[in-house]
Amino acid sequence: MRAAIALAETDPNLRIALISKVYPMRSHTCAAEGGAAGVIKPDDSFDLHFDDTVGGGDWLSDQDCVEYFVHEAPKELLQLEHWGCPWNREADGSVAVRPFGGMKKKRTWFAADKSGFHILHTLFQTSLQFPSITRYDEYYALDLLVDDGRCQGVTAMEMRSGQLRQFHAKAVIIAGGGAGRMFPFSTNGAIKTGDGMALAYRAGAPLKDMEFVQYHPTGLPNTGSLLTEACRGEGGILVNKNGRRFLQDYGMGPETPVGKPQLKTMELGPRDRVSQSIWHEIQKGNAVSTQWGDCVLLDMRHLGEKTINERLPLVRELCASYLQVDIVKDPVPIRPVVHYMMGGISTNTKAATPLPGLFAAGECACVSLNGANRLGSNSLIELLVFGRRAALSAIEHIQGLPAANTAALNARAEETQKRIGELFSRTDGTESMSGLRKEMMDTMEKNVGIYRTEEGLQEGVSKIHELRQRYRRVILTDKTSVFNTDLFQALELGSMLDCAEAVTVGALARKESRGSHQRLDYVERDDKKFLCHTMVHHQGLDVPRVDYLDVVITKSPPGVRDYSGDHK
Amino acid sequence: MTQMKERLVQLEVLRYNPDTDTEAHFQRYEVTCYEEWVVLDALNKVKADIDPTLNFRWSCHMAVCGSCGMMINGEPKLSCHTFLRDYEGVIRVEPLAHFPIERDLVTAPDDFMEKLKRVKPYIIAKEKKPISEGEYKQTPAQLMKFRQYSMCINCMLCYAACPEYGLSPSFIGPAALTMAHRYNQDSRDGGRMERQEVVATHEGVWECTFVGACSEACPAHVDPASALQQMKITSSIDWIVEHLIPGGKK
Ligand SMILES: Cc1cc2nc3c(=O)[nH]c(=O)nc-3n(C[C@H](O)[C@H](O)[C@H](O)COP(=O)(O)OP(=O)(O)OC[C@H]3O[C@@H](n4cnc5c(N)ncnc54)[C@H](O)[C@@H]3O)c2cc1C
Ligand code: SF4
Ligand code: FES
Repeated sequence: MRAAIALAETDPNLRIALISKVYPMRSHTCAAEGGAAGVIKPDDSFDLHFDDTVGGGDWLSDQDCVEYFVHEAPKELLQLEHWGCPWNREADGSVAVRPFGGMKKKRTWFAADKSGFHILHTLFQTSLQFPSITRYDEYYALDLLVDDGRCQGVTAMEMRSGQLRQFHAKAVIIAGGGAGRMFPFSTNGAIKTGDGMALAYRAGAPLKDMEFVQYHPTGLPNTGSLLTEACRGEGGILVNKNGRRFLQDYGMGPETPVGKPQLKTMELGPRDRVSQSIWHEIQKGNAVSTQWGDCVLLDMRHLGEKTINERLPLVRELCASYLQVDIVKDPVPIRPVVHYMMGGISTNTKAATPLPGLFAAGECACVSLNGANRLGSNSLIELLVFGRRAALSAIEHIQGLPAANTAALNARAEETQKRIGELFSRTDGTESMSGLRKEMMDTMEKNVGIYRTEEGLQEGVSKIHELRQRYRRVILTDKTSVFNTDLFQALELGSMLDCAEAVTVGALARKESRGSHQRLDYVERDDKKFLCHTMVHHQGLDVPRVDYLDVVITKSPPGVRDYSGDHK
Repeated sequence: MTQMKERLVQLEVLRYNPDTDTEAHFQRYEVTCYEEWVVLDALNKVKADIDPTLNFRWSCHMAVCGSCGMMINGEPKLSCHTFLRDYEGVIRVEPLAHFPIERDLVTAPDDFMEKLKRVKPYIIAKEKKPISEGEYKQTPAQLMKFRQYSMCINCMLCYAACPEYGLSPSFIGPAALTMAHRYNQDSRDGGRMERQEVVATHEGVWECTFVGACSEACPAHVDPASALQQMKITSSIDWIVEHLIPGGKK
């Protein structure tokens, strides 16, 4: 939506189709609670945001990209402010910022604990004033139309009627979101099935750094619902069954006073480190056992009812409804949960993919901002910065393009039609959709979780590969045309399997530990061999091909990630 | 924390497929659930294990995306936030009232989407300024004047609850009017007069008879009834200003 608005504003004569499989304000951005980072306060600087992002990403971020991003971020947040986003304010009327994990300064703009929700609705509502944006709500994108070596459109199904539609376009921007649903335990909504990534990948654009999957430390153990990092930003603490603040035992100490969180240390360490510490704590037998498995405790009682109601109302609500715990009175059990894909469609700093005419932004893209571990509150702002950037690049791209070969595009679209037709008419199907989906999720959890090994990954690669073969025999129960979610779930499963294979293959090839990718058999970071991006190329039904791309380093050579409190 | 208890839940779900059915009918499902589950979990289990042809919308499972509204035992509810523990016996699940059914529990929200657009739910700046000049100052007190009304998740439960909307579908309705009010109340906005053309009509606030069902149904505590009440007051002030004081209209 950010891209659509930028297109409409820049050139009102463009015809813009906004295609989404859900009504746009239902997109999963609405679930983001914490906020969006951008340098605005006088004690902060672009260099500090740069350093936090690059260090947080364990030096796998492209530094030219980070540089562009930190400069654009505040402009985008201000733009949203001008569009009406209800950011929290200081007493003098200026925008308020809060602390966030891995950030050295307070720089996270927030709208209570509904930041993503307000960003999404502000964008959606703002987009309504542009007549050149035509929305195609509840259209499911199926395939990209590629001809003459460039992307020239997309095919989609109108969900309400089951009708296939072609969109011929000079440029396509994908903003399809993440793929966390390939894991069984995830903060991601049902729609985050990696369709956008799979769309590009099948059309020949490589997926980058897919093995980097972020676990958020604080998920509710039963539903996977996320308790925002702001819980810790506001002063919540993590304790084990003995009441010990165990993060101090994993290089994030010394202990800070309760209720006085210090930036970039203890509970405000980066997500990968905090999640990994919880994993170790559970291995050591220091977990609290609950009916939903082993957990540690998040204690916010000392914040008091007033602060909790003012700053963390949604968190209180979620814990009360889904777990029947009142955080004012009791600590809440939590465990790490799959949250975010650092990897995605490979894009450069201009949000362009290697496939001409195809651009991507948001979680589905990997512009190499987040490197091996995203910092909380860098994603909401990433999708704004690079959404706009994608629009500008698309406008550059379409200047002087030759006319499309309509016959060739129609022929491509017929292939899609055949694929869908075959799925409907299949009579020899033997595989149930929910069965395959469960096997995929179990494999991802077991073999490609927080800690990984050669053996586990080998098994994961062959299992996912097998599932992709078996997917060709998946059977639809529902063969009717109107809002057939059996069909869409089957298509989503196809997308997730493609993404799952890229994650697994990338993880197997990366024989080092960096950021969120941790291997028990290669425990060190290896900058000699792996200071590079994994690029996974789709090879039809075969195992994908992997090659590498160098990381762009401009001013910050790889260093040590230090989250001990002594280091300021 | 309570212990997780299993329970056999009976659901009676309205089914309708325009491809194959001439009219809607109820279908019974029996499914084993955990006591702590919500109705949406039960429906998902039915879809995965019993009947893949059952259709409904959902995404976030945390009462924020607004997708999963349906009638549960006759009341408009978010199914992801309606707990089995609050129900006994057969639970009847139907699509949201007052909207046409697309299929099963999926309704067509076109009318709401169109009305939302009509109230111009975006900032019409009082004074435009470039981004380089920084933010518009807004004090916490100014923010509080509209924040509650900006929490609307567009779930349309208030429309399903509203007797007026049921009787006269041209009524712009609670959520869209509240959204107009939200922008009117925003210190950065100067678009109230433009919105009044839509809002202060019989399709607008004057249609509302203050039953208050919208606020009762609202899962996001937006309290649309209070927004409509405030708007009626300001709209009658406008009316006086426009007609009794020459030149009073901007
Ligand atoms: C619970 C939670 C909390 C978070 N909190 C924060 C935070 O505090 N700060 C932060 O910076 N980040 C946060 N994140 C991360 C951030 O919210 C996401 O990375 C970001 O919102 C992704 O936005 P997006 O626009 O890329 O994708 P989405 O918002 O998921 O949108 C994807 C869009 O693509 C469409 N789409 C997908 N597939 C298809 C298809 N086949 N056909 C047509 N349309 C399709 C969907 O309909 C949807 O409109 C959080 C994430 C979660 C899950
Ligand atoms: S006002 Fe409340 S009930 Fe109505 S659409 Fe908004 S959130 Fe839903
Ligand atoms: S699933 Fe999002 S509101 Fe219920």
